[in-house]
Amino acid sequence: MSPPRRRDREALVRPYLITGGRAHPTRNTLDLTTLIQATRHADPSLLSPEQRRTLRLCSGGSLSIAEIAAHLELPASVTRVMVADLVDQGHLATLSTEWQQHGPDRELLQEVLDGLRALR
Amino acid sequence: MGSEPSGEVYLPDTVRTAVKVLVVGPFAVGKSTFVNTLSEIEPLHTEETMTRDGAVVDDLHGITDKTTTTVALDFGRRTLSDRVVLYMFGTPGQQRFLSMWEDLAHGALGALVLADVARLEDSFDVISVLEDRGLPYGVAINDFNTVEIPPHEELREAFDLLPEIPLVTCDARDRSATARAMVSLVEHVLASPLQHARESA
Ligand SMILES: Nc1nc2c(ncn2[C@@H]2O[C@H](COP(=O)(O)OP(=O)(O)OP(=O)(O)O)[C@@H](O)[C@H]2O)c(=O)[nH]1
Ligand SMILES: [Mg+2]
Repeated sequence: MSPPRRRDREALVRPYLITGGRAHPTRNTLDLTTLIQATRHADPSLLSPEQRRTLRLCSGGSLSIAEIAAHLELPASVTRVMVADLVDQGHLATLSTEWQQHGPDRELLQEVLDGLRALR
Repeated sequence: MGSEPSGEVYLPDTVRTAVKVLVVGPFAVGKSTFVNTLSEIEPLHTEETMTRDGAVVDDLHGITDKTTTTVALDFGRRTLSDRVVLYMFGTPGQQRFLSMWEDLAHGALGALVLADVARLEDSFDVISVLEDRGLPYGVAINDFNTVEIPPHEELREAFDLLPEIPLVTCDARDRSATARAMVSLVEHVLASPLQHARESA
């Protein structure tokens, strides 16, 4: 069997430009994998029920935004905005994601690799 | 084989860093299976809201149901050391989902492209997009035991892979096989010239 070839299709299917029109320049510091923790001294008295649910979930330990969205059964995009507000108000804090600005360093990649090798 | 879900919802207290890999490919190629096999938590999913023309929406004000659509996104997690956790997102490869990628791909280590030998061409578009975007990727051929898997050289030619791009055969239900596929991707990322440039910058 001779498999089909990817480049043969290039004349027919041009590489897509992923434009996608990012609708939201403001919140893009929070990624789906940004890790979130509740802060100690947050006063939830003025929060909406949805925000309180979020705080309650996050007070148990750290989770990513994707997990918060999944557990609360909210769309990821909505969760991102709500978490950003709660971070701004000091109820939640993000754990360090500094490398995400510059890309992962060698040491981190090596740690990922070692962890994966241990699974084999 | 398979994973041993810990049932634990929260990350260990020591974990400070999350890394992300996309598991991409056409319909029913084994993306969810792959993610679940490596995940330590029960499969989770969330959804992204997108406008019909493809933008990811995070502010629903002024946007009506008619103009939006939701895309399900499943993911898993595996703690790899005291400090580091890996998140894996099963990402549909169809053209209409590509804008969602833009968001997901941001900050990702790379992508693993799943392919089925019986329909290799269904994975071609996704590879072209990854190349355009400059996201490191590896290819894993999922063995569905329906078609004999051609020699690797033939597959590499079909995908038109540069020599350094990893290509492995895989069974998405098997933990060793999925871990090996991930290893091949991360080894590739570590070896990439971009990585070297970053180090010396
Ligand atoms: N033999 C074999 N079967 C597999 C493998 N991976 C997945 N399957 C089966 O293929 C079917 C589809 O797998 P999924 O993991 O749901 O595929 P998917 O890519 O997530 O599908 P969509 O999200 O619907 O696009 C399931 O019945 C799996 O059990 C594999 O490596 N080998
Ligand atoms: Mg799936």
